[in-house]
Amino acid sequence: MHELSVCRGLLQQVADIAATHQQPQVSRIQLRIGPLAGVEPQLLQQAFTIARQGSVAEQAELAIEAAPLIVHCPDCGQDSPASLPRLDCGHCGQQQTQLKSGDELLLLSIAFPSDAHQEQQDV
Amino acid sequence: MCDTCGCNITPGNRHLAEQPIAQGETAVSVLQGLLSENDRIAMHNREHLGRHGVVALNLMSSPGSGKTALLERTIEALAGRWRIAVIEGDLETENDAQRIRAKGVEAIQITTGTACHLDAHMVHQALHQLDLAQLDLLFIENVGNLVCPASFDLGQHANITLLSVTEGDDKPAKYPVIFRAAELVLLSKSDLLPYMEEFSPARARQAVRQLAIDPPIIQLSAKNGDGIDDWLDWLEGQMRQHRPAPGQFRAIATSASSILK
Repeated sequence: MHELSVCRGLLQQVADIAATHQQPQVSRIQLRIGPLAGVEPQLLQQAFTIARQGSVAEQAELAIEAAPLIVHCPDCGQDSPASLPRLDCGHCGQQQTQLKSGDELLLLSIAFPSDAHQEQQDV
Repeated sequence: MCDTCGCNITPGNRHLAEQPIAQGETAVSVLQGLLSENDRIAMHNREHLGRHGVVALNLMSSPGSGKTALLERTIEALAGRWRIAVIEGDLETENDAQRIRAKGVEAIQITTGTACHLDAHMVHQALHQLDLAQLDLLFIENVGNLVCPASFDLGQHANITLLSVTEGDDKPAKYPVIFRAAELVLLSKSDLLPYMEEFSPARARQAVRQLAIDPPIIQLSAKNGDGIDDWLDWLEGQMRQHRPAPGQFRAIATSASSILK
């Protein structure tokens, strides 16, 4: 269960970015995680509910999108979707492929509640 | 990297960062690795090791697959060749560090308590207890665990994942992330193969190759010495690859001091 460590690292990053933008609160954190990232999205969600207490992200939603597993075949030159545990080429069946997508562990974006926008709507 | 906010958005990945923004929100795109704080310290460790010409190798495997026994054998074989130290990661006890010290090599034990992996920060603290000027080769024996250690860069120059023949030849298929992180895979405890007819080294090799990687795979036994020469050859290759040749130390020291000015 290293997801809590991962989550603490994430929250530190989020806090730094919020401070750079002089924002006291974060409303949404968007991640992209591949099946070969070594992090379970569900466990990360659970860890997030614990780790966010008292942080700038205490009220934030954690949105995780899944990166697809895609391999590139050096033989036939094509990309194809793959599934674990065999990352074979879907076109020619070649077993020795290269991973093109699927090990991402990315913080894509964070959103702040926008007071200015709220005021505009109120008017 | 973007100069204004330090984000990693390039024309190639910009589409990933452009998410629809909900009403009442302003968003900033980041596109950083989730572990960028750990990675930053890992990079610092790697630079620190590099300045002293020390090559660091991270050993990962499940508990009881023979990491410490391999290190004991390796220390004996390399006596007088390279100056070695070991960082030991375990949840509890100094047992492994004591085994290493009994071979006359300095060992720093990190007891992680409940943490199931080493991270760059723990290794950074351990590095400060070592006199790197007196070292050539540093082994980091990670916490025995086939899952979590794979996610954390420590500042090592190469990862080694061990799979002992008593564990089953389908482990690479079951735990793909840790095998994908490996620059070298070792099939350990090969002396037990005669008793483990269900373990096929060929199937284990195939399971690794089917993960879209092609690392060297060495079958060895720390007990009877099978394959140890191949392992030592690989180690010598790492030393050649990651250590500056004699004479280059001065150049690195000069460029470092000019940066400081």
